[in-house]
Amino acid sequence: MSTLLLEIVTPERTVYAKDVNMVILRGVEGEMGILPHHVPTVTPLKIAAVVAKIGGKEEKIAVSGGFAEIRHEKVVILAESAELPDEIDLDRAQLAKKRAEDRLRGRKDEVDFRRAEMALQRAMNRISLRG
Amino acid sequence: MAKGMREIKRSLKSKQNMKQITKAMEMVAAAKLRRAQEAALSARPYTDKIREVVSSIAAGAGSIRHPMLQTREVKRTAYLIITSDRGLAGGYNINVLRKLMGTIADKHRSKDEYEVLVVGRKGSAYLNRRGINIAEEVTGISDSPKYGDIKPVAYKAVQGFEDGRYDEVYIVYNRFLNAISQVPTMKKLLPLSSDEFTGAAAQYEYEPDAESVLSVLLPKYAETVVYSAILEGKASEFGARMTAMGNATKNATKLIGELTLSYNRARQAAITQEIAEIVGGASAQQ
Repeated sequence: MSTLLLEIVTPERTVYAKDVNMVILRGVEGEMGILPHHVPTVTPLKIAAVVAKIGGKEEKIAVSGGFAEIRHEKVVILAESAELPDEIDLDRAQLAKKRAEDRLRGRKDEVDFRRAEMALQRAMNRISLRG
Repeated sequence: MAKGMREIKRSLKSKQNMKQITKAMEMVAAAKLRRAQEAALSARPYTDKIREVVSSIAAGAGSIRHPMLQTREVKRTAYLIITSDRGLAGGYNINVLRKLMGTIADKHRSKDEYEVLVVGRKGSAYLNRRGINIAEEVTGISDSPKYGDIKPVAYKAVQGFEDGRYDEVYIVYNRFLNAISQVPTMKKLLPLSSDEFTGAAAQYEYEPDAESVLSVLLPKYAETVVYSAILEGKASEFGARMTAMGNATKNATKLIGELTLSYNRARQAAITQEIAEIVGGASAQQ
């Protein structure tokens, strides 16, 4: 089975670099499944898990604030933060979720609201991957 | 103990203490410098990649119009200055601050024409004393800054430009050349100049379309530039501190040498005098 290289890079480090059979990611326009020899594409990503399929197995990576650059042999995901499931700090994510929920209830202005919403999404993404 | 010896001894002791401290700080700075350099290096793939993608969009789409790429009449300028929280780093902070003050004095007549965003306690203290408008202030950034730590200030600068609050954003920081030389540098952050984005056009499909991809990527790119300037600033800080503390240690060593010599002289003189007194006393009795 042919493979493509999946690289996930944040400003701090390279989180993931492996040959995989398929990458499933959630772009702003919807979910995409990427197989080798995909048409070169660039798309921003939603806050969600990126799924890498290797053989029969799946690996998930929590990604937020990212975009994907897809080429024939390679998918590069640049994200503000990205974590493998065992790197996720569950307690921190729970706390962040609670904080964001409190803030959403308090809702002051537009910007705060959006920010809290983003924080909530990030926290939920992490929790769902870990839990 | 004769007169003078006690004083010499005391100041000798204090210099030795100082030397221990500066020596320790030098070694700590050296270790942190190495880590900061690694961090600056590991941020590079991300920055390069974003620039590459933006370039290829720019090259592919011909003339792209995005507010962040457009020069407009300058009414208000923002300066983002990167300083350290702690001192004892030689000329590290004062060099960038002077650069900023020089530019402000040259370019602006009234205080409404500029705003300053500060990273680091030293910078904000200095600017506060001089009554400069500080729009945003970030202190307590760790020695290995995370992207999340600097996002608020980077976001504020980029957002301010997009909202039309500023027409230009400059970033002032110490560029890291090597461990012993750091150059205070002022760089235009926004509007982004399109010369930065030159390169071969890779043919991409864009989802949903080139323009919306660009409007996500350009702010990210600007934030990344800020992040890498902060990383470089950190490396420069440790470099400057290492050099400053190295010099301090050298000076302390020299002082200790001189003091030891004069202490020994004084001790010798005291002994000689004592012997002379005894001999004098003995011969007077005969």
